[in-house]
Amino acid sequence: MQHEAVKWEAQPESESARKKLLDIKGIKKYFPVKNSIGVTKKFVKAVDDVTFYLYEGETYGLVGESGCGKSTLGRTILRLTEPTEGEVFFGGKDIFKLSDLEFRKERQDLQMVFQDPYSSLNPRKRIGDSIAEPMVIHKIGNSHERMERVFDILEKVGLHPEAYYRFPHEFSGGQRQRIGLARALVVNPKLVICDEPVSALDVSIQSQIINLLEDLQEEFGLTYLFVAHDLSVVRHISDRIGVMYLGKMVEEAETDELFANPLHPYTQALLSSIPHPNPKMKQEKINLKGEIPSPINPPSGCTFHTRCPLATDICKQAVPKRVEKTPGHFVACHLQQ
Amino acid sequence: MGEHLLEVKKLKTHFQTERGKVTAVDGISLHVDRGEVLAIVGESGCGKSVTAQSILRLFEENGVTTYDGEINFEGKNLLEQPLSEMRKIRGNDISMIFQDPLSSLNPVFTIGDQIMEPIMLHQKLSKKEAYKRAIEMLKLIGIPAPEQRVHEYPHQISGGMRQRVMIAIALACQPKLLIADEPTTALDVTIQSQILELIDSLRQKLDMGIMLITHDLGVVAQHCTRVAVMYLGEVVEEGDVDSLFENPLHPYTQGLINSIPQLTGDRNQKLSIIKGMVPSLNDIPKGCRFAPRCPYASAKCIEEKPALETLENNKRIMCWHYKEIEGAVSNAT
Repeated sequence: MQHEAVKWEAQPESESARKKLLDIKGIKKYFPVKNSIGVTKKFVKAVDDVTFYLYEGETYGLVGESGCGKSTLGRTILRLTEPTEGEVFFGGKDIFKLSDLEFRKERQDLQMVFQDPYSSLNPRKRIGDSIAEPMVIHKIGNSHERMERVFDILEKVGLHPEAYYRFPHEFSGGQRQRIGLARALVVNPKLVICDEPVSALDVSIQSQIINLLEDLQEEFGLTYLFVAHDLSVVRHISDRIGVMYLGKMVEEAETDELFANPLHPYTQALLSSIPHPNPKMKQEKINLKGEIPSPINPPSGCTFHTRCPLATDICKQAVPKRVEKTPGHFVACHLQQ
Repeated sequence: MGEHLLEVKKLKTHFQTERGKVTAVDGISLHVDRGEVLAIVGESGCGKSVTAQSILRLFEENGVTTYDGEINFEGKNLLEQPLSEMRKIRGNDISMIFQDPLSSLNPVFTIGDQIMEPIMLHQKLSKKEAYKRAIEMLKLIGIPAPEQRVHEYPHQISGGMRQRVMIAIALACQPKLLIADEPTTALDVTIQSQILELIDSLRQKLDMGIMLITHDLGVVAQHCTRVAVMYLGEVVEEGDVDSLFENPLHPYTQGLINSIPQLTGDRNQKLSIIKGMVPSLNDIPKGCRFAPRCPYASAKCIEEKPALETLENNKRIMCWHYKEIEGAVSNAT
């Protein structure tokens, strides 16, 4: 794992000198599981040794089924939960090594949008105050400037200026998601981690928010880490995609490459099980047996071997290494070693 | 025309609320035949779940909810049946699967008890026979080691498994009609495809009619035979899956189909959107209900309400201008 990362470090120029905004190396997040007398014997390996990086200005899609650790990964990068192990380089600094005070300064550049627009807004605060709050925390501007900035950003996300004086319950789900975006963008961040930002929305509203995300990215030069389970949405918005399974990144590639040429059996099954919104497309389905095993007691070797149609003996014993099959296309599978 | 298994005629469901009477389902007509899958699609608040629950009369009729119209099931109008008769039909002839399996299962009974309950109630089988049937059902829906699972409680099994148990309960009495209200929305795609395939194979085995309520057009395209599109309590378009996806006539259907990201083709195209949002039921537009959001709306649309027209091959459409805007869809192949 580490070895791979080093190899990449050595040849940064080969990728047409695209700048890495965030470089994530061997990140782990284990949650302790206490037994009945309060002794920790087991861990939930929510994120287990994940390595990837984000280029400046791109959208990186993180997909996987529930419980695969994609949301935890996003939250750990922002240190909303403290990491167990690993390094995240942002602007040359390992943000996991910063003190709380130092990190708070960086947080201005790293913002997050959450899935549930209902529970992420304080119901007793006016929208304008909610949006201005990050600026108060980061001590930006005086109250007059802040107010102007909020009106500015409200317009950018397509809300009426009078929204400033209203309360969250007066808004629909789509509008609240716009408010969530406004609050993230008000401090001019570089990276926005979007955790299932459109999953709770109806299709017609979903497409409005996706278009808005794209417009804002263009206007402000944002980088997105887009965490979602809906593959068609991820395909539409992402430049590159990482596929997670049980805390591990099993495959990673540019979007078109991943859809055209999925290498990992899990990715293949995942892609084949999306129902195609066109009745003429009859699908060859790869039906996986069973369900995702518990992350408390993950299977030995390759964690996918219990459901993999192609599993062999080695899959039960050894953890597959992450290899780069073609430039930018990483996969962790014994069949591809 | 033969008898339909289920025929809903001009059904209206009214709720008395603090802000006055709202009509969540406003005069819809639908039918389901044996062996077919009718999809009801639409956004949240369009009345699709209310339709489903009205068919089984699950809303309490204590003055808050009132129904109008007819729901004919095998020649009987369900709205005229006494509640005791309804109780015999629910779970026996017509079953329902709900979206959230955890809140629809009773946490203090084992799954075996819950599968046996409708069998003993409706089919008057002894406990022993019902137990045998429960194990058969668990086998049928592909739960491994059914003899052990039968004694487990809902919290001990996973979400996909719970949904399977819900299906087992719903199918325990071999219903003629299955109403599935977003059965896979809470599940992951790989589990979703297992469940939908299971429902599909059981439909063929038992020759059931299915009413599948969903907002996922992918599921509709792959698993249904006919589709009814609902908007604000009304059916605005209905037709065969193939013709509806290939040639959607209603601007709302077109908007829905065009606003989902495609899995093939150009990714860099902007998604088309339906502007605005669904109005509140307290504030229903006077003319065509979709007019305020419709890109083709004319003065007539705002003033006058279009009727649901029936076209050839059983297509129905509620729009003034469908002839002019035909083919406006850019559905990728």
